[in-house]
Amino acid sequence: MPPSASLSPAAIAMNRFGLGARPDDTLPADPKGWLKEQFVRFQPATAAFAALPDAGELVRTYLDEQRQLRRQASREQMASPVAAGTKSIEQKAARRDYAQDVQALYRQAVQARAQAALDTPAPFVERLVHFWSNHFCVSADNPQVTAFAGAFERDAIRPHVLGRFEDMLLAVEHHPAMLIYLNQIQSIGPDSLAAQRAARRNPEQRRGLNENLGREIMELHTLGVRSGYGQGDVTEFARALTGWSVAGIGPGGATDGRPGDFLFRPQLHEPGARTILGKRYGEDGEAQARAALIDFARAPATVTHVATKLARHFAGDAPPPALVERLAASFQRSGGALPALYRALIDSPEPWQPRPLKFKTPWEWTISALRGLGRSEIGAMQVAAIQNQLGQPVWKPGSPAGWDDIAASWAGPDALLRRVDFAQRLVAPVGDRLDARQLGPRLLPASFSRATAEEVGRAESPGDALALLLVSPDFLRR
Amino acid sequence: MIDRRLFLSCAGIGAGAMLIAPRMALAAVESDRRFVFIIQRGAADGLNIVMPYADPAYARLRGALAGDMAAATKLDGTFALHPALAETAKMFAQRQALFVHAVASPYRDRSHFDGQNVLETGGTQPYQAKDGWLNRLVGMMPGAGDDAIAITSTVPMALRGARQVTSYAPSALPQPSDDLLLRAGRLYAEDPQLHPLWTAALEARGLAAGSGARQDPASLGRLTASFLTKPNGPRIAMLETGGWDTHSGQQGRLAAQLRALDTLLAALRDGLGPAWKETTVLVATEFGRTAAANGTGGTDHGTGSVAWLVGGAVKGGRIVSDWPGLGTGQLYQDRDLKPTMALDALIAGVAAESMALDPQHVARTVFPLAAPVRPVTGLIAA
Repeated sequence: MPPSASLSPAAIAMNRFGLGARPDDTLPADPKGWLKEQFVRFQPATAAFAALPDAGELVRTYLDEQRQLRRQASREQMASPVAAGTKSIEQKAARRDYAQDVQALYRQAVQARAQAALDTPAPFVERLVHFWSNHFCVSADNPQVTAFAGAFERDAIRPHVLGRFEDMLLAVEHHPAMLIYLNQIQSIGPDSLAAQRAARRNPEQRRGLNENLGREIMELHTLGVRSGYGQGDVTEFARALTGWSVAGIGPGGATDGRPGDFLFRPQLHEPGARTILGKRYGEDGEAQARAALIDFARAPATVTHVATKLARHFAGDAPPPALVERLAASFQRSGGALPALYRALIDSPEPWQPRPLKFKTPWEWTISALRGLGRSEIGAMQVAAIQNQLGQPVWKPGSPAGWDDIAASWAGPDALLRRVDFAQRLVAPVGDRLDARQLGPRLLPASFSRATAEEVGRAESPGDALALLLVSPDFLRR
Repeated sequence: MIDRRLFLSCAGIGAGAMLIAPRMALAAVESDRRFVFIIQRGAADGLNIVMPYADPAYARLRGALAGDMAAATKLDGTFALHPALAETAKMFAQRQALFVHAVASPYRDRSHFDGQNVLETGGTQPYQAKDGWLNRLVGMMPGAGDDAIAITSTVPMALRGARQVTSYAPSALPQPSDDLLLRAGRLYAEDPQLHPLWTAALEARGLAAGSGARQDPASLGRLTASFLTKPNGPRIAMLETGGWDTHSGQQGRLAAQLRALDTLLAALRDGLGPAWKETTVLVATEFGRTAAANGTGGTDHGTGSVAWLVGGAVKGGRIVSDWPGLGTGQLYQDRDLKPTMALDALIAGVAAESMALDPQHVARTVFPLAAPVRPVTGLIAA
């Protein structure tokens, strides 16, 4: 990151820790205290998130409808067996309607996320929600995950952002969005009751494990890659996870759960004890993988992994080793209590370096721009479409590793040009009401660079001046 | 049990005719050769793309995932091509495509992200190298300016590095006023990070003007071709494809992925016109997938996979493979296709011959961290 203006502690608190200053913000006199006070001000449940339709309900209605259509189709097929195996027009229409409903729900959830980021009284904690949501990402690339993506952040991340790491981990790995996304619902113990029954019915078709969730939990959510586990550990953990499922979805037949909720299916679970990373897990059923997860949550490798990612997010693409060590020590001492970890971060010198340490991601840039322009209602602005164009569609990172948190992933030629393209549209509604020359110093208190101030001052219209402010080197970084 | 058959036809070190003096190489770069790298992110299942149908273990391991042999194109007595690759099959018949099977980068674990990092940086360990092998290749080209382009919004790891490259992807955003562009350029003039990005972006947008490009595979193929045929445009391009991580529902998903890639390759061929005969396209993935189906209609992370060479410059119509077999005891760690060829060696040889550079020199420059890489030569027409 090139050197730039010297940043004041207030500017750092609001922009690097927070989501970007608003023009009406009062300067925090005690920036560290201002950040810590947010732990009591944070609202886990916001009105916009609470107003989201229930994804489970949507899935339940769809499954019911499909079941009825299938029954109807099989009756028709008995009457006229010619069209066997093809989906009826009604089934196709139902699928299309469902896909449209799911897209509408997704867009509404993205609006809710952006709205929460605009009116939060705790922008630092809100940023941490985005951080954890990316650490434990799901990718809304199939309709069932899309339906649950907003609910995942609302129900698995937000309530735990100020709790303990292992509670967030357990909530995440039990959530239907994650179980569907990483194919867990299809995984069957090769010697489970269900596999034995299936083998008797059809010996040709083998049923078995799907390693996807097990591997990504170890590699991405907890221990971190190259931390010493082997393929055997992954396979054993995948066996332990068999039976973790979602009611009404995937194999497993009739259930007593509410479709769309977490369900442990004992008939899919691989019988017997497991040995993972040299430790034996003799628990029965769901408790087996749960016990392993809790051990992963507390493992030193996990502590380092999490500390490194947090340090990278706040103190630069190459996380300072001293900060990582300090954060890891705090994590260990507190038993994974996240507020203690955040306090250690605030009290460390590394995230307070007075030069910009991070290039904003498209999401960070969009939110900080909207906040900087004083926008308080998302309204009709289509945030999902905007993030698509800027290259960071919300909850769709395309891989379980989540979005990269380094400048090289975001500072591309075309990506930079797109922000300039978009800045012009963003300022259109307020271009004649805000004076960029006064706004700059408010958004970057005591830190607005002279070079940017000069260029902004020379723009040919107030709108252009505002757009320039948003794409200035000062504003692209935090 | 199939014999361990040697299809390997690479000349390796000492293929005198293939060694080109660096000075000649510099001149030859002016001859308008093109090199395109397409990465398949998510570990594409080589065993389902180029299917070893004659290996008796294949059907046993794969069951329903073995593929539709009746519809597949038989490439030789051992391998058949996935039926979704209709255009690629034509290229193979015209000797413009070849496949290298049981190939892998030096990476031997099963993390996508580490695997992609090794593939793109050309290191031997994840995160060991800080720049990409394709950028280092660009650095071997003479001349200044637009040597390479990523058909993406940001620059993928393989193209990051000391050499300035550009990126462009079709966008639906309205373009700003010239005045705003001019002033933004002035804001970035003194910024060592943003200035080169900005310059490259404006050039790429200028080159793309009027292409009306969209994001579908045919449009991306045409757009890439339009850059590569501009008189002063880039001669090296990189594209990214995602969605190859088929843990479940592999049959339908892989077919759709392959149809899209097939369409892209055909559009690239058609768009390049006469330049196609000077072109090499390398398609590669970070690692392969398990030899056996996983019991949920898909496959899990594996090791050996297939790399593709497509283009008018390719001496195609053949499979290059020291086939290790899929029988008991022949798999890597009893689960994956065992790699018998180094992807680094393939990349070094193919990139060098494609750009008429000296293969040894390219191997040393592009893979400086590896133990001496013996470039695989003889796959590209001189």
